[in-house]
Amino acid sequence: MLKVSIYRYNPEVDDKPYMQDFDFDTQGKDLMVLDVLEQLKSQDTTITYRRSCREGVCGSDGLNMNGKNGLACITPLSATVKGNKLVLRPLPGLPVIRDLIVDMSMFYAQYEKVQPYLQNNSPAPAIERLQSPEDRAKLDGLYECILCACCSTSCPSFWWNPDRFIGPAGLLQSYRFLADSRDTATEERLAKLDDPFSVFRCHGIQNCVNVCPKGLNPTRAIGHIRNMLLSRAT
Amino acid sequence: MVTAVTSFGRSGTSDWLVQRVSGVILLAYFLFIGSNLIGGVDYIAWKALFAHTWVKVFSLMALLSLAAHAWIGIWVVLTDYLTERLMGAKGNVLRVALQLLVMVTIFVYVVWGVQILWGY
Ligand code: SF4
Ligand code: SF4
Ligand code: FES
Repeated sequence: MLKVSIYRYNPEVDDKPYMQDFDFDTQGKDLMVLDVLEQLKSQDTTITYRRSCREGVCGSDGLNMNGKNGLACITPLSATVKGNKLVLRPLPGLPVIRDLIVDMSMFYAQYEKVQPYLQNNSPAPAIERLQSPEDRAKLDGLYECILCACCSTSCPSFWWNPDRFIGPAGLLQSYRFLADSRDTATEERLAKLDDPFSVFRCHGIQNCVNVCPKGLNPTRAIGHIRNMLLSRAT
Repeated sequence: MVTAVTSFGRSGTSDWLVQRVSGVILLAYFLFIGSNLIGGVDYIAWKALFAHTWVKVFSLMALLSLAAHAWIGIWVVLTDYLTERLMGAKGNVLRVALQLLVMVTIFVYVVWGVQILWGY
């Protein structure tokens, strides 16, 4: 029997959060963590979490599993269970709405700050803005982000300053547009990032790289932004 | 853009660069001092070393680097942990008080250091 321990908190009835333990029979199968949750929910319908695609595409079921952030739907038990125990908590650092659901407002506010859309003030061509295969290749490793927040909520700098440090997810998207040959707002974008918090609170701890379920590398993108800021300023 | 008037250069890029450059200067200085100490020194040799103007200038450079390096480093720590978000309003009071204390301390050390370098 697998021991599953789930963080429970319903602000309408509970004074404070508590951990609820379940015994779970995997029947020898290497299930995904989300499968375990779904089966437990069929026994206790009050267990609350977000999920949608159940295949690592939508980014809605980011959880802290045995201390490490990841997507429940693509994390097999074999990759996370230690000593027959599975501890599930909400993503750290964000306010909990209920059980495993966190309020992502601060995370999205930082995403909004980087203006995650193409800006180009030259007249639009008749059909489309072309890009060479080489320039397109620069967006690889950036555009794949699904905004699951696993990275930002594993970053101590984001825990301490979620209102001032953009965080790995937002900065990865920031660089996605800085690196885009079709975007002409590079200077304005960089000017907004020059302060001591937005980018420079990153101390290169690489927790973000360690947890990204899409295998992306926000630290590297942050390094590129820093180099752009440095060459602009010196 | 986040504003921060108490940071060293008021720009993250500038603080970052100052932090790296001052770190390199400090490393060079401590290697220099270390290499002079390693064989053992007496008062005469130590005084003769600091009679050179370039040694005084190098020392002053290291002293100013230390001041900048310390301010930037401590400022980051204080604005991480002593904040309104983590401690409520008293975080602001505590942070500003400690920033002042650190600033005065660094200032005293710089003036004192200059006095030592050119005073003897
Ligand atoms: S960078 Fe990775 S961990 Fe961060 S939000 Fe995007 S997909 Fe999720
Ligand atoms: S490398 Fe930077 S962004 Fe990533 S976890 Fe560390 S401090 Fe946060
Ligand atoms: S449910 Fe969509 S990413 Fe897991």
